[in-house]
Amino acid sequence: MGAYLLRRLLIAIPSLLGISLILFTVLALAPGDPFSEMATNPNVPPEVREALRASFGLNDPIMVRYVRWLSNMVQGDWGFSFASRIDVDTLILQRVPTTLFVVGSSQILALCIALPVGIYAATRPYSLFDQVANTLAFVGFSLPTFFTGLLLILIFSVSLDWFPFVYRSDLAATGWRWYWEMFRQAIMPITVLGLFQAASYTRYVRSAVLDVIRLDYVTTARAKGLGEKTVTLRHITRNALIPVVTLIALQMPAVFGGAIVTEQIFRIPGIGSLLIDAILANDTPVIMAVTFVFACLVVIFNLIADVLYGWLDPRISFS
Amino acid sequence: MKDQDLGHLIARVKEGALSRRSFIRKAAAVGLAAPFANQLLAFNGVAMAKANLPYKPTKAGGGGPLKMLLWQAPTLLNPHFASGTKDQIASRIFYEPLAGWDKEGNLFPQLAAEIPSKANGGLSADGKEVIWKIKPGVKWHDGKPLTADDAVFTWEYAADPATAAYTTGAYKDIKVEKVDDLTIKVIFKEPTPFWADAFVGVAGMIIPKHHFGEYKGTKSRDAPANLKPVGTGAYKFADFKPGDILTAERNTEYHVANHPHFDTLEVKGGGDAVSAARAVLQTGEYDYAWNLQVEDEVLKRMETGGRGKISAVVSGDIEFIILNTTDPWTEVDGERSSIKTKHPTLSDPKVREALNLLIDRDSVQKFIYGRGGIATASFVNQPAKFKSTKLKYEFNIDKANKILDDAGYKKGSDGIREKDGKKLKYVFQTSINAPRQKTQQIIKQACQRAGIDLELKSVTASVFFSSDVANPDTYTKLYVDMEMYTTTQPQPDPERFLNQFVSWEVASKENKWLGRNVSRYTDKDADEAYKAAQKELDPDKRAALLIKVNEIFCEAHVILPLLSRTRVAASVTNLMHDHSGWDVDTWNLAAWYRS
Amino acid sequence: MAGSTLASPSAEPVSGPAQTSAGTSPGRETWKRFRRHKLAMASSFVLGTLILGVVIGPWLWPVAINDIDFSAQLQTPSWQHPFGTDDLGQDLLARMIYGGRISLAVGLAAMFVATFVGILIGAIAGMSRGAVDNFLMWVTDLFLSLPQLPLLLLVIYFFREQLKAVFGVEGGVFVLIVVVIGGLKWMPVARLVRAQFMSLREKEFVEAAKANGATKFRQMVHYILPNAIGPVIVAATIEVSSAIIAESTLSFLGLGFPPDIPTWGRLLFDAKDHLDSAPHWALFPGAAIFLTVLSINFIGDGLRDALDPRRVI
Repeated sequence: MGAYLLRRLLIAIPSLLGISLILFTVLALAPGDPFSEMATNPNVPPEVREALRASFGLNDPIMVRYVRWLSNMVQGDWGFSFASRIDVDTLILQRVPTTLFVVGSSQILALCIALPVGIYAATRPYSLFDQVANTLAFVGFSLPTFFTGLLLILIFSVSLDWFPFVYRSDLAATGWRWYWEMFRQAIMPITVLGLFQAASYTRYVRSAVLDVIRLDYVTTARAKGLGEKTVTLRHITRNALIPVVTLIALQMPAVFGGAIVTEQIFRIPGIGSLLIDAILANDTPVIMAVTFVFACLVVIFNLIADVLYGWLDPRISFS
Repeated sequence: MKDQDLGHLIARVKEGALSRRSFIRKAAAVGLAAPFANQLLAFNGVAMAKANLPYKPTKAGGGGPLKMLLWQAPTLLNPHFASGTKDQIASRIFYEPLAGWDKEGNLFPQLAAEIPSKANGGLSADGKEVIWKIKPGVKWHDGKPLTADDAVFTWEYAADPATAAYTTGAYKDIKVEKVDDLTIKVIFKEPTPFWADAFVGVAGMIIPKHHFGEYKGTKSRDAPANLKPVGTGAYKFADFKPGDILTAERNTEYHVANHPHFDTLEVKGGGDAVSAARAVLQTGEYDYAWNLQVEDEVLKRMETGGRGKISAVVSGDIEFIILNTTDPWTEVDGERSSIKTKHPTLSDPKVREALNLLIDRDSVQKFIYGRGGIATASFVNQPAKFKSTKLKYEFNIDKANKILDDAGYKKGSDGIREKDGKKLKYVFQTSINAPRQKTQQIIKQACQRAGIDLELKSVTASVFFSSDVANPDTYTKLYVDMEMYTTTQPQPDPERFLNQFVSWEVASKENKWLGRNVSRYTDKDADEAYKAAQKELDPDKRAALLIKVNEIFCEAHVILPLLSRTRVAASVTNLMHDHSGWDVDTWNLAAWYRS
Repeated sequence: MAGSTLASPSAEPVSGPAQTSAGTSPGRETWKRFRRHKLAMASSFVLGTLILGVVIGPWLWPVAINDIDFSAQLQTPSWQHPFGTDDLGQDLLARMIYGGRISLAVGLAAMFVATFVGILIGAIAGMSRGAVDNFLMWVTDLFLSLPQLPLLLLVIYFFREQLKAVFGVEGGVFVLIVVVIGGLKWMPVARLVRAQFMSLREKEFVEAAKANGATKFRQMVHYILPNAIGPVIVAATIEVSSAIIAESTLSFLGLGFPPDIPTWGRLLFDAKDHLDSAPHWALFPGAAIFLTVLSINFIGDGLRDALDPRRVI
């Protein structure tokens, strides 16, 4: 196992390099430049735009820019943002705590709903509970988050006036009040994201459990006189986990990457909104840094998932 | 009104026999707009009016927090790097220019002791020199005094090409000299009728030499004060997270007595315009929201709750359509829409005239923009002195049909007109923005009824307005038959704004499509009138020349103006704010208060 | 799956054709099982009605989709406008019918593309070991980490004009959207299929098939894939709704259909600012997407149950 891990980690390095090269090329070729705001303003002479392009190194060939980016990156210099002219790592670090809190909580919420509901629904397929859970799940993923978010705002902020809908990273309150305010402002975005995610998770869990629930070994376990609870938890769930682990591993990088739409709706200063702002402003150093960290996480969690498969099902070999 | 009469009136204002207000009214009666009338007064040595928001509080502070919402978040706080309005708004909280523009287009002194005029010796007769007196006793937030050195340094800083300041256009062709500790002299190479550019408004914010002195030119990015501004403004910097939130506290040493009213200030960014309006008008979570490019119906509905109100002020911005008279579908020397080509049908003035009749401007205003725009046939609308009174618009499908019939365009079996095998089928492009897409649909429908087929195309704004040489979808490339967008007129004077109608600014491959004349249409008379206006010191004659430039393009139906845009902001009912279409929203933040 | 020791080949999850009992063909058997699944039958009917509705709708409701009528802004449903009107006074029923053609076609086609690519890559990666698996997973990781927006802008920039020339305005956009959505959504399917394959390829029934001389391809298609199909069906159904919604996002990047062409996702997006005053505008596209997703899901469930002999309904 150790040798396998080491080998995989070594493979990860060139594969990340390859990914970074492709990312860089895509970003360099993608249309747009960081100076669109100046375009319709007659007071900004075109020479300024040209001078800035040159000083940001935008006129160099792509390969030159890539090599420069890579060598700086290796030395720990992530470059500076064209839009705010401050270091990219500072910018990202400002956003990480909020993102981890909001998106992380929503993922936990999603799992807390999806696992029990999915398993329970699968043990009683086509029962009333199963039907209701399924229908709600369908509603959940048929409605995009821009829509559910707005619905919640209209109900809970505009009509009932219970929660604020503008998320503030620097709450003025302290102590218990701070926790209370935090709860009030975070509950809607976490709910929107969590329920959306829970809807699809529930369907996957239900399907995975259904796949194993009628296999012979489960019947055998029941025949041995084991309690229903033990059978469900020990024998069914563990074996149904492979698709679930795959999905969670797919979603984990998003905990860092944030949720663009929901962050926009609730004005959450997360990585997602940083990324979308950077993309709209063509702020390449920021986009590159965020996507590259994201790519690293994708690769790492894929590796973790592979290791977990082996643990869940010892017959999966990695030789 | 004859010049003598005007001179007589001005003399009476000076004597005090006539109030400023009645002067402006009288002037307006003969088509002289308030901003211009005011400038005329200023030019002839009458003191400018005070800010038009009367300030009620009797002491500074005590107003609690003020919370503003900008749906585009500020990303930097150096006023000379501020690329967009969002950054200019944020920088203006901390920095001030010598003078700002109020909503009527008047100059209002901020760091200046007074507005330069001929009477106070501030303006030279040859139009080549301006002398500014700086207000005494102004202190930077760190306690150091503001002096003429700071103003001179600001010029050096912004004029240096290596700094790559966005404001450089206001500074690169002038010279600034220190006269004494509180006086500077601005020297122009040529007689400059519009002198209020450097040190005025968004481009004019003065920065402290003792913080930026070492960071001029290529080192400009390293200045710590880029992120922790030290200015002279009513609020002092507290904290800043780029793209998210900006906080500030009251400047207890502010140079205007009893100002400002609020104790703390918060500027939150992000989200979209509709929900920003909601947070002010419906829930009152925030006090003020800016630039609400939202359909008016939506805003009106939000206002019904009574928690907040909308304010719309005129600006010089114009929403308009360009008809391409060059051929966008043929490549010549590596570029399409080259001025060497001619559009197969749009080069026919009759077709352009018909298209102009197919735009239902009144409906676009009434049902889409509401208070956000005023239907117009003139490219320049504000200050009203520069608006053409001759240009009129009309929506008349029958007339358009008749013009096309007479010009020999016959409807084919598909209902689309054609002549000599050339069909009236056009691609109509704009940036992505809900009101614009609706306007496109309205125009498309009217065109359909006149046998013209439009293919609608929308391009994401970050691409459309970029200067990316490689991209075919930028607005300056004009690789389509027609396009629509808004262009901003930054000052209450259209001279620089009208440079998009001169032949030496034609956008082409040669200038990497950075030229300001996007329509590519040129006219000798327009060129001459423009050049003459640049030197004309007589305000009336100069205005007439600039109006001529405007009329030539509008009458050729190459430029089809739609709406004179207003700046729309929302505030809670009890917030008194001073919002100007000629300067950024925070230009007079010190005078805001809660009633 | 640990512990899932199966007694004999005849108790295998899915029997290969050889094991089918004589008399009924496997297809008919499946159809019989499917028919017994009431929800699946009902859903087939609903989906069929939706498709029929958008196909023949324009003849039954011959109202122009872009007739602007300012005197009829934001009207609630009435006899004249059964689904009400939008803020330009356009008839929403006509727009729903027209938009449904695009949305259903985009949703289903993108789902097929994504699922097909996902299964293909996942299956190959799951069956092979070493270099091929590593490479395919690298591609998957790459696609997962690509920032979609700049990529989309790049795709439009490179391919829009060419596709427009070949397929016409709407055809070109359709092909582009299906390829783009399909091309950016196959990764979860690929990962899921690969994980299932890695587990299933070690099972006795596959070993047995291998011993019987089944080729690798045959092992994959006849033995492993049917047992790995559960999560794929779930992913595919989720894909339909997300493709319909993604289409509306694309049009906001200028990649989608021209702005005057309605689609369900776009109608929903346009309606959001008027949600408090004109909920009917959002209700109909929202309900249509929901019904489509619901019926496709139940059909998927029915199919899976029908394909799986173990399941007793």
